[in-house]
Amino acid sequence: MIERSRFRFDGHLLLVWAAPLTITAIFVWIVGGVLLHGLDQLSWSYLVEAPRRAGRQGGIGPILVSTLLIVSVCLAVAIPLALGAALLLAEFVPRRSTGARIVRLSLDVLAGVPSIVFGLFGSAFFCSLLGLRFSILSGGLTLACMILPVLIRTIEQSLRGVPNAYRMGAAALGLTRTRAIVTVLLPVAAPGVLVGVLLGVGRAVAETAALIFTSGYVDRMPSSVLDSGRALSVHIFDLSLNVPGGDAAAYRASIVLLLLLMLINGGMLCIHSLLKRVMGISAQI
Amino acid sequence: MFQSVIDSPRRHGVIDVRLRRTLWGVAGLASSIIAVVVAVVATEALPALRGVELPRFLNDPSWHPTNQRYNLAPMIAGTFLVAGGAVALGTLFGFLSAIFCCFYAPPRLAGLYRGVMELLAGIPSVILGLWGLTTLVPIVAAIKAPGFSVLSATLVLGLMIVPTIGLVAIASLQSVPRSLILGAEALGLPKWLTVVRIAFPAARSGLIASVVLGIGRALGETMAVMMVGGNIVQVPESLFAPVRTLAANIALEIPYAEGLHRSSLFVSGLFLTLVILVVLCIAEWLGPEPIHD
Amino acid sequence: MYTQLAETRHGHLGPNLEFPEPPCRPARIDGQARDLLWRVSDLGVHYGRKTVLSSVSIGLPKGKVTAIIGPSGCGKSTFLCCLNRLSDSMEGCCVEGRIMIGSQDIRSPSVDDIALRRRIGYIFQKPNPFPMSIRRNLELPLKAHGVRDAAEIGRRIESSLVAVGLWSEVKDRLNASALHLSGGQQQRLCIARALVLEPEALLMDEPCSALDPIATGVIEDLIHSLRQRLTIVMVTHNLNQAKRVGDEVALFWCRDGFGYLVETGPAQRVFEAPQDELTKLYISGRIC
Repeated sequence: MIERSRFRFDGHLLLVWAAPLTITAIFVWIVGGVLLHGLDQLSWSYLVEAPRRAGRQGGIGPILVSTLLIVSVCLAVAIPLALGAALLLAEFVPRRSTGARIVRLSLDVLAGVPSIVFGLFGSAFFCSLLGLRFSILSGGLTLACMILPVLIRTIEQSLRGVPNAYRMGAAALGLTRTRAIVTVLLPVAAPGVLVGVLLGVGRAVAETAALIFTSGYVDRMPSSVLDSGRALSVHIFDLSLNVPGGDAAAYRASIVLLLLLMLINGGMLCIHSLLKRVMGISAQI
Repeated sequence: MFQSVIDSPRRHGVIDVRLRRTLWGVAGLASSIIAVVVAVVATEALPALRGVELPRFLNDPSWHPTNQRYNLAPMIAGTFLVAGGAVALGTLFGFLSAIFCCFYAPPRLAGLYRGVMELLAGIPSVILGLWGLTTLVPIVAAIKAPGFSVLSATLVLGLMIVPTIGLVAIASLQSVPRSLILGAEALGLPKWLTVVRIAFPAARSGLIASVVLGIGRALGETMAVMMVGGNIVQVPESLFAPVRTLAANIALEIPYAEGLHRSSLFVSGLFLTLVILVVLCIAEWLGPEPIHD
Repeated sequence: MYTQLAETRHGHLGPNLEFPEPPCRPARIDGQARDLLWRVSDLGVHYGRKTVLSSVSIGLPKGKVTAIIGPSGCGKSTFLCCLNRLSDSMEGCCVEGRIMIGSQDIRSPSVDDIALRRRIGYIFQKPNPFPMSIRRNLELPLKAHGVRDAAEIGRRIESSLVAVGLWSEVKDRLNASALHLSGGQQQRLCIARALVLEPEALLMDEPCSALDPIATGVIEDLIHSLRQRLTIVMVTHNLNQAKRVGDEVALFWCRDGFGYLVETGPAQRVFEAPQDELTKLYISGRIC
């Protein structure tokens, strides 16, 4: 009897250890594969040169610029909106009030819309209806709509993480709500807000489906945000699926994209620990 | 003088009132986006909804939108097939990962593995697609050609949602009161039973939420599935047959689609959104907590 | 009448520590010619449907320390919050009755709550310095109330830190985080932060309950030294502390879930010859 139960227990143990081992192995396989296939021709010139022969050769200079512009447009639009909505939800309306519920519900629904549908929406609304055509602006605005819910949620949560004692302390000193928010609450919540923003950036940089038909495929250096520009992820997609013999180039670009994401993640951790040290508080996420 | 000061008109409050009003404006704008998205997609879908009777999207002879044949059934079947398989895989591995992190692994290893899952969650789908395309597809092809198949798509998509499900499941298992677990162990319950009988029911709503998030992500995913699925319009007959999902269909055809064809792609987008929203609603209804909290 | 406000806004606030009584209207209650800062009548407070305080009527004398005692949960802190309308910041808190300062009901919507709180400081149970430097903690309220002049800010920071006895301890590290101070120092910093606005009154909600005995002694000494300049209302659940620092004592009690005022009067009188049976039992320690 005892032997039997011990045996069963070991079976579960095997299962429980096998799953994470498999996932870790695959993760190493993926990252290793990307590095292995793409690392050999990676150089500084690759980052600044223009692509040649549909991207099989040359670099990704214009593509990086386009990516940067798309993300900038996206953040320039999304951050003010997210900050405003999050401040309202966290500081000005009771949690269970009708208004707050409606705002939250609509954001939850927005968060559920798949990215391909954002692509459809962007191409119909920004590109056609507003006449922005295939442009960095269209792409950035589409991404802004997409990352807004996650941005609002993280910012709201970090504001809610600010101890109420600070709110009361500020009120007791005769600070207006506005001043308390600007001088006390936002600085305290800043690490969380930044982490939220970087989370949004990470998502925006990784996104492909919403960009294919909004910011377009053109791999020239964009001269303004009204130009079409190819994002890095779109570049990888295009090389791997539409360009015969583009796999190596796709892997090379993938390394850059992964590095970019790691940089963002690293930045997130750095900001977090720095602010934690300086302010003696930690971000609530 | 005290009295005169406190008796002044409330000029200090004005700035708060203004800020509040501004914020309501901003929040209103943010929350109206979903309405605009739905309205725009619905408007674009309207010609097809008017010009093609709804049943035809399911029982037309084929999907040849340029020849007025609008059968979306193969794509719908493909979508549910791939998503179903991926969610099954993702749930199995995600839950096992969560159990590993919360109950079996030493703390440092658990933290490390969590980090791996977070990194995996951060890998863009296009890179996973690329990996699937160049690594997984040849392996599957070695078993049975062509390699671009339901199986490849399911595996890649499943891999994508393992961290989605795993990370949320970890959070919800961690929120189970420690005393409950200790109490069960004090009764001499084996660890596995403690997990399955005590921890899982206690974390029920969070676990459901994790699976629902996984379903949502699986149904909506485009790039990775498109890159490894083969994209042939057919109801796949086996695991090794190529498949085209709704999302892939949209991504493949929207660049050149016009008229009713384009419109019918918007119909499929609208349908996809509705399905995901229904899933989210069911989860909301099942679990007492809001999904995203 | 508005000159004071204008001065506040332009940062030339003089050391106007006590505020002169309007010449023709001496404050009186029941014919007693006592100088009262607050005259509270029929105060009731509830959160939603739950009543926390009911029909409290009390006068709080100017320039004295009033100690509010009573068991926990009898609405002492809530009462304190009402005195500078901090209750406004609490979700779902509803206040009834009249809270007069001079001839003005501070509950009236025409009262500027911001200006009111600038004149009446509040110290919380748990020290709550903001997570920033010591200097910034003290600068913040000054700047918020329109003091811009750097020299004036420096002077006020120093004098308030001197007043709480913290100056010698922190003068070399004003730019260090306030969170690195000890609990007692943090609480004194919070008092300094309130004093920097040169308030007329200070409300203290069990200011020592989170501190060790030595830090408590320091704070009590501080209260002694401040009583010349300020009206202090202090909640405490420590009878000995009430005896040590209170000029006036008010006992709150809790019945059927809501708090009410049992007895109030000069500390000596209340402790030596309590009139209410409940007070007798409570101060003799037989119920708590």
